[in-house]
Amino acid sequence: MPSSRLTDAPGAARADAPGAARTDDPYAGAAESRRTTEGRVYTVTGGDWDTVVGGVEDLDDERIVVNMGPQHPSTHGVLRLVLELEGETCTEARVIVGYLHTGIEKSLEFRSWTQGVTFVTRMDYLSPFFNETAYCLSVEQLLGITADVPERATVIRVLMMELNRIASHCVWLATAGLEVGALSAMLYGFREREIIMDIFEMTTGLRMNHAYVRPGGLAQDLPPGTVEKIEDFLAIMAKRVDEYEGLLSANPIWIRRLSSVGCLDLTGCVALGVTGPVLRSAGLAWDLRKAMPYCGYENYEFDVPTSTDADCFARYLIRMQEMRESLKIIAQALDRLRPGPVMIGDKKIAWPSQLALGADGLGNSLDHIREIMGTSMEALIHHFKLVTEGFRVPAGQVYTAIESPRGELGCHVVSDGGTRPYRAHMRDPSFVNLQATPAMCEGGMVADVIAAVASIDPVMGGVDR
Amino acid sequence: MTQAVLAEPAPLPLPDFGSEPWWLIIIKVLFVFVFLLVLTLLTIWGERRVVARMQQRLGPNRTGPFGVLQGLADGLKLAFKEDIIPAMADRPVYLLAPIVSTIPAFLAFSVIPFGPTVSIFGHRTALQLTDLPVGVLFILAMSSLGVYGIVLAGWASGSTYPLLGSLRSAAQMISYEVSMGLALVAVFLYAGSLSTSQIVDAQRSRWFIIAVPISFVIYGISCVGETNRAPFDLPEAESELVGGFHTEYSSLKFAMFFLAEYINMITVSAVATTLFLGGWRAPWPLSLFSWANAGWLPMLWFVAKLCIFLFIFIWLRGTMPRLRYDQFMHLGWKVLVPGALVWLLLVATARALSFRDFLLYAGVPAAVVLLAWAFWPTGGRQDRPPPPVERGTPPRYPVPQLDAEPLRRSAGKEVTRA
Repeated sequence: MPSSRLTDAPGAARADAPGAARTDDPYAGAAESRRTTEGRVYTVTGGDWDTVVGGVEDLDDERIVVNMGPQHPSTHGVLRLVLELEGETCTEARVIVGYLHTGIEKSLEFRSWTQGVTFVTRMDYLSPFFNETAYCLSVEQLLGITADVPERATVIRVLMMELNRIASHCVWLATAGLEVGALSAMLYGFREREIIMDIFEMTTGLRMNHAYVRPGGLAQDLPPGTVEKIEDFLAIMAKRVDEYEGLLSANPIWIRRLSSVGCLDLTGCVALGVTGPVLRSAGLAWDLRKAMPYCGYENYEFDVPTSTDADCFARYLIRMQEMRESLKIIAQALDRLRPGPVMIGDKKIAWPSQLALGADGLGNSLDHIREIMGTSMEALIHHFKLVTEGFRVPAGQVYTAIESPRGELGCHVVSDGGTRPYRAHMRDPSFVNLQATPAMCEGGMVADVIAAVASIDPVMGGVDR
Repeated sequence: MTQAVLAEPAPLPLPDFGSEPWWLIIIKVLFVFVFLLVLTLLTIWGERRVVARMQQRLGPNRTGPFGVLQGLADGLKLAFKEDIIPAMADRPVYLLAPIVSTIPAFLAFSVIPFGPTVSIFGHRTALQLTDLPVGVLFILAMSSLGVYGIVLAGWASGSTYPLLGSLRSAAQMISYEVSMGLALVAVFLYAGSLSTSQIVDAQRSRWFIIAVPISFVIYGISCVGETNRAPFDLPEAESELVGGFHTEYSSLKFAMFFLAEYINMITVSAVATTLFLGGWRAPWPLSLFSWANAGWLPMLWFVAKLCIFLFIFIWLRGTMPRLRYDQFMHLGWKVLVPGALVWLLLVATARALSFRDFLLYAGVPAAVVLLAWAFWPTGGRQDRPPPPVERGTPPRYPVPQLDAEPLRRSAGKEVTRA
């Protein structure tokens, strides 16, 4: 709230106002004003309109309120920012979300536990594997089968998540670069993401929205040639990260646009529940992969890059470093890959279909269908029950959190013992981190608002769910 | 040579302007007009191809050979688009603004010399539409007039983003015009004239880029600011102000702003060529032969130099992020203007003392120092504020200790069974 509003006298009941002179008027001086969290509120009950207008007059009319978004080139989809500007300086920033609400959490309550994966993968569309894994980890925990998930499935989950982290940071570099005006950075970011998308497509059949991680394991194993492809990518990407840093890290304009911009110190981060690169840029090495390991992350060798600068430039450097750390984890995960099943042995949970590549793309294996349709009535019944109704999950609730590219991605699922979630809620890091926007932006210039929002890296699909 | 130029009063501008037959003038006017239009189309195509190449993609390659006709296709497409006038717009001004912006852009080119005297249908005439004793001032005046188009466009749109864009652009163009003008004064001191043809003439033995290198650098930086090109494209900063001053414009009116921007880019490149790179004069090894500076051939040198500048404009756009408004003003007022003033003082002193080699040997290192100062990589990190939380004071909100080991907990997460 600008200070001028705090100090100015209440606009109503002025002695010189024409309404105040008539003492017999019951409405004299009735235009009361009070300050609320929404700004000043006037209660007008009769009286003279000029009195009310006079009360507002002394507000500074140099201010412009700019409604930035939901249709704006640099608000990451449909974020809406309401900025109050004094010249080029932003005195007040408010974030409005909800323009991409898809009802995913509610929809989850009407589908089986396995089908839920297809929903959650669409939330934060830049990190689908993280959504899937967070959801599956919590379902597995409710089922009590965390220890039974095959080792190979867990390693492939790690592999995919880390590839996804690099892809997500590439998109961050691309969009942030574009927003700061570095056109080429945008193309470079998307160029490398494309290689990762190819790997995803090869593995899951889709570039996004994979539904690859399932409760109990994975939809299918890595196809032949994937490991070689990932190894090729590792060799390329290590050089490309150096290339990004070579292009930007010493660029005077890039430094000036990002350093000392969008500052949020550790106190601010902790008070607002901010996690991910923004928190680590404030100095706290809080990474759930280290702090509360899951998927066997405690067995991997990697560092958590931090900085104490707490500005956009630190966040840029941290993301670049995180890409390198992810490359290290991917290399280790490739070493850990041992042949074996990728789905839990329990046939009451494991999705019964076997996928195979046919002439018309990926689909149910014809051999498998032939077997259950033609040879075993019990197999057919089992298949039918599991696919249409789904498995039952013991009643209870669980919260599982993993480290997504944007911070703590938590999944809270509640089961009433049925075949569908009673409630599923995601604690999406973009949503929580967006709270920090006013703290980062107010007092800066318009251009700093853009840089600060970019440094949070919000994905509106995750924010609104 | 310096002595000679100083001593000899500058001859009046070429006397044959105005005494040409009317058809020759029309041919020249048409030529300048068509030249600018065609070069604009080629520049748009070239920009998209070159930036695409820098970004490892293809760029337009479907329309015509190598996609050369892409600009023409886009222009035609724009002409057929729906022309929207916002309800809040101030109609007359809104309609006038693109015209105000485009016409001066064309006019500025009328005093640019394309080449020496040639023979056209038996008439000896210079390859230049006209010349004035104050030719360069005319160019500066025209580029200042162009600002009105942008300012009026932003104001008349009746919308927030265009207003902010036009305010930025007004501040930007006025600031950079100052350093631009100051940079040119050094050239006038050497040439002894403001007439473009005479300035080219004065570079017979040595281009002014060698004589006054710092002026060239200052001019080069300010002309990027003057034309609203990246990294100084703040008035139309897409990520902040959507489209800046032309957010509310569509169809042909938008095309006119687009055209004006590119023509301005060509104009400042042509001015830089004329004032610093010897205009139409052949580059050094070729300039030893007399045929290189006679007839129609110099037009080739002129266009080639122009294209080098245009390439640099495109190169900048492919490489540089956008400056922030205050940093941009800082560069203009606190680096370029004082730099230009000090340099001007040096030039004037050296001219008065006829001490020409001083500038040659002092200028080049000074130009390097100036550039390094303006773009020193660590410059931005120096003015950072102290760490937000003072050490020793208890934080207002409980925060974990930073020097602690990263927390390690076993994978056991709470499960509550109902």
